[in-house]
Amino acid sequence: MPAGPPEPRPRRRLPGNLVTGAAIVLAVALAALLGPWVAPFPYDEFHIRDRLKAPDAVYWFGTDEYGRDVFSRVLAGSRISLFMGVAATAVSLVCGVALGLAAGFFRGRIDEWLMRLMDLLMSFPPVILGLLILAVTPPSLWKTVLAVGIVYIPAIVRVTRSVTLELVQEEFILAARARGESAGYILFREILPNAWPPIIVEASLRVTFAILLGAALSFLGMGAQPPSSDWGLMISEARSYLDQAWWMAVFPGLVMCLTVVGINLLGDGLREWLDPRLRHGGA
Amino acid sequence: MILYTLRRLALIVLLLWVMSVLLFAITQVLPGNVARMILGQFATADAIEAVETRLGLKDPLVVQYGRWFSHILRGDFGQSLIMERPIGPVLAEALGRSAVLAALSFVLVASVGILLGVIAAVRKNRPVDHAVSVFSYLGISVPEFFWGIAFILVFARWLGWLPSGGYSPMGEGFGNWFARLIGPALTLTFTLIAHVSRLTRSSMLETLRSRYVLAARAKGLPERVILFRHALRNALLPTITVLAIDVGWLFGGIVVVETVFAFPGLGRLVAFAIERRDLPLIQATLLVITAIYCLANLAADLLYAALNPRIRYARRTS
Repeated sequence: MPAGPPEPRPRRRLPGNLVTGAAIVLAVALAALLGPWVAPFPYDEFHIRDRLKAPDAVYWFGTDEYGRDVFSRVLAGSRISLFMGVAATAVSLVCGVALGLAAGFFRGRIDEWLMRLMDLLMSFPPVILGLLILAVTPPSLWKTVLAVGIVYIPAIVRVTRSVTLELVQEEFILAARARGESAGYILFREILPNAWPPIIVEASLRVTFAILLGAALSFLGMGAQPPSSDWGLMISEARSYLDQAWWMAVFPGLVMCLTVVGINLLGDGLREWLDPRLRHGGA
Repeated sequence: MILYTLRRLALIVLLLWVMSVLLFAITQVLPGNVARMILGQFATADAIEAVETRLGLKDPLVVQYGRWFSHILRGDFGQSLIMERPIGPVLAEALGRSAVLAALSFVLVASVGILLGVIAAVRKNRPVDHAVSVFSYLGISVPEFFWGIAFILVFARWLGWLPSGGYSPMGEGFGNWFARLIGPALTLTFTLIAHVSRLTRSSMLETLRSRYVLAARAKGLPERVILFRHALRNALLPTITVLAIDVGWLFGGIVVVETVFAFPGLGRLVAFAIERRDLPLIQATLLVITAIYCLANLAADLLYAALNPRIRYARRTS
């Protein structure tokens, strides 16, 4: 506690998992941003004479079957994975929030139909739904992002709808209606700003789901295509060389785990820190 | 209750029908021509014409859909384009293998998950509790394909205890058959166990705080009886629902896990079909998986209603 004038309340300590998570996420984000400048080699440069080399001073994570530096590839892959997580979540946020607001605000038949549609979407296992969307067209990173985004729309719709249903009952919305404000004004100026916190929490959860689902789809050959260095794709390619080069699979996998754990810790920490009930409960 | 079940079943039928329309629509939007896919790139126009007439590809779409759908209702999924075999038997075989895999994983998830949850609840905030929570954190944070690869590396390559994948029929020895099942089953278990153990832990903690547990303690019952006879029975209610939902998840997870371990089940078949763009096979496998997923979800809801007296009575009085 700092000396001096008495503080009205003690400063809250940041939860440990928030700090750890933030540090990890920051590191991965920096790797994604600075990757090309930091990496010792271009991610797609062949070193045919150094094929399948074990980790050493030159190639920190070893090399793959074409002699490409695994460390540089993992660095470059962080960009793809983060992009996948954030872009796919953005897709589900944009569609999900709009649909959820509409369902919760207009009720009636729109609500009924939208929620049936969401039930339908949720009736498919996520991987299968993603595969179904990608099954018929040639794979590319953009389509995977879109597919992953679509898979997680229902979750966002449900959260948004339930928050909207609560907010619509509030007096300030009644007041806005009494003033004769338009539906658009009430939705975007009155409801949406108050609905953000739970939606953000849900979305932060979805980022890790999106990264994992995206990696799984890449692993199955339905995402980023060679010579891209998506982590899921790298692990998939490493399968044929497990005998000779374990490092090809292990390092991208470990970094992916670290990233996902970091984002989860950050999310949990944020929730603990922001949620007053948890704070006073002495968690 | 019966009415509710029937309504849910009707919804599932509707859902499967929608799915069948979607899958049929996919074959229509697909660039390229089915006859050309069958005959190869250098087919003559006459040959394509003949195949199209034979397969009825020139009929109106509604007629084509009706024919396809009525075949499926009779259990005839058509020919696989790549394997050039009827899909029905292939699918049944793969489904059988996956069912065994799923059942084994499910038993593991249920037993180990509940046990871990109870241990963590009893030893709350002790090292064991933290170990269990780290363990489950890893389980959900790491994609199943990486666990699969790690498993192969450790147990097949380095320790040499188990084969790295594939399948060997039970007829060729139980040991061989079982050894190839362990890897995929453990991988599936590990990714699903966190749900179960975390939920069991929290509901167990809640029950242990309740008055009847206090009363049982006051009566001087042995701790083991209190835990398993009194507390666990009530704490399991939410866990059971999650378990039933996990059956659906299992059938999503098998696509990846079976690919990693080259286990020739339903999941591998889906991945194969999509990889090779074998349309009839894609349609058949996705339809079957959707059906299983829906039925598992229905089972979850019914089980919950059957086990939870509050829901049961509410429905009876209304």
